[in-house]
Amino acid sequence: MTSSNFKNNSNKRTRWFTNITLLRESQITKIHYITGISALFVVAIHILMRLIMPFNMSLEFENVILNYKNIFYALLLESILVLIAIHGFNGLRVILLEIRQTLIWERAVNILVIVAMIGIIAYGTRTIIIANGFSVG
Amino acid sequence: MKIFKKDKKRDIKNKEAIEISNTTDNTKSSVKLRVFRINAIQDPKDVHHFDEFQIPVKRWTTVLDALLDAKSYHDSSIAIRYSCRMASCGSCGMKINGIPRLACYTKISELATNTITCEPLPNFPYIRDLVTDFSQFINHHRSVMPYIQNKKADIPDVNELTEYEQTPEDLDKFLQFSYCIKCGLCYSACPTVATDLKFPGPQALSQAYRYFADSRDTDKSNRLKVIDTSHGISRCHFAGSCSNVCPKGVDPALGIQLLRSHLLGFSNSEKKIAKLQDRSSNPYTAEEGEGDTEKNENNDK
Repeated sequence: MTSSNFKNNSNKRTRWFTNITLLRESQITKIHYITGISALFVVAIHILMRLIMPFNMSLEFENVILNYKNIFYALLLESILVLIAIHGFNGLRVILLEIRQTLIWERAVNILVIVAMIGIIAYGTRTIIIANGFSVG
Repeated sequence: MKIFKKDKKRDIKNKEAIEISNTTDNTKSSVKLRVFRINAIQDPKDVHHFDEFQIPVKRWTTVLDALLDAKSYHDSSIAIRYSCRMASCGSCGMKINGIPRLACYTKISELATNTITCEPLPNFPYIRDLVTDFSQFINHHRSVMPYIQNKKADIPDVNELTEYEQTPEDLDKFLQFSYCIKCGLCYSACPTVATDLKFPGPQALSQAYRYFADSRDTDKSNRLKVIDTSHGISRCHFAGSCSNVCPKGVDPALGIQLLRSHLLGFSNSEKKIAKLQDRSSNPYTAEEGEGDTEKNENNDK
């Protein structure tokens, strides 16, 4: 491979790296608004669920595990996890993007945020599944 | 009682303003002018200082008049950019007593203080003294394609050129935003521009809306693509300081919000338009006619 060919190939690679755009900013903003509003509702339900019994009792280990065993409650927790993760990590991304304006920083922040978001969702989902113990009741 | 107190305060303020303007005594009819001095080309270390001048003022003296007085009679090396002296060219934008304003449009008597501090516009690189570099600002303005793009326009055939048709209602949708004089005050007041240099700024975004709302423009999608980036319109925090400092009443914050609602597809609403008066008949003759009928009615009674 000649040096010019190598340069062209490496340029193509960097161009692929820099030109990758999964979503337009307006679409991301829309998702940010929708997840924010939806999270408000599901978190409100989650807090109200604490009031069906005395507050101290609701946070006891056995009652918490019992909550996880309820499939609807587990789904509610999963939706909170997904919505808050998307909304929160996008907020963090927006703040980080304003700190520096280089293309490499922008791409690095985007990739880092997506990886962290997927990691948090995966870890949270694992916790919910383990606590639920695959029980439907 | 409250109204009485307010009146008293207003009277005191008016008296102070009149004192500044009317007295011929040098100590009372002069102000201390503090001018920011820097030469970024010769001294790139960003070392600056303030020079102070005692300038005689009258009721109608503007900050630009005071600066030109200082330049004429105290220090000819002060660098200022100015041209029309009537808030039409937008050249003399600077930070006066902490707020971005046009020097030709700011009377010293309005400021109600005896110390006037003039600094270059923030968010712009310094060149010398009060003169700043507008190249980044102009590049942002250029990037939003601030011109009408109409593929149906018959420009190659000059002989058959026709005028674009536009109703007064269509004109009113963007007229307010077309009053922009590109003075850069909104850009200097914007907190997002202060941290993000890739952000186009309120001027460029409001001009993007000005051409987006223009019924003669047919290539709206390209303009939206330019501003729909990670450092584009979504980074506006809606602080509203751009609209506060605009000397021409353009209200760039309104333009940005309208453009954003179009971009997100949440709303297709345009600027609220005032109802136009019916000018099909001569208003003077119509009024006379109405007056005549009233007179006749009175006579009948």
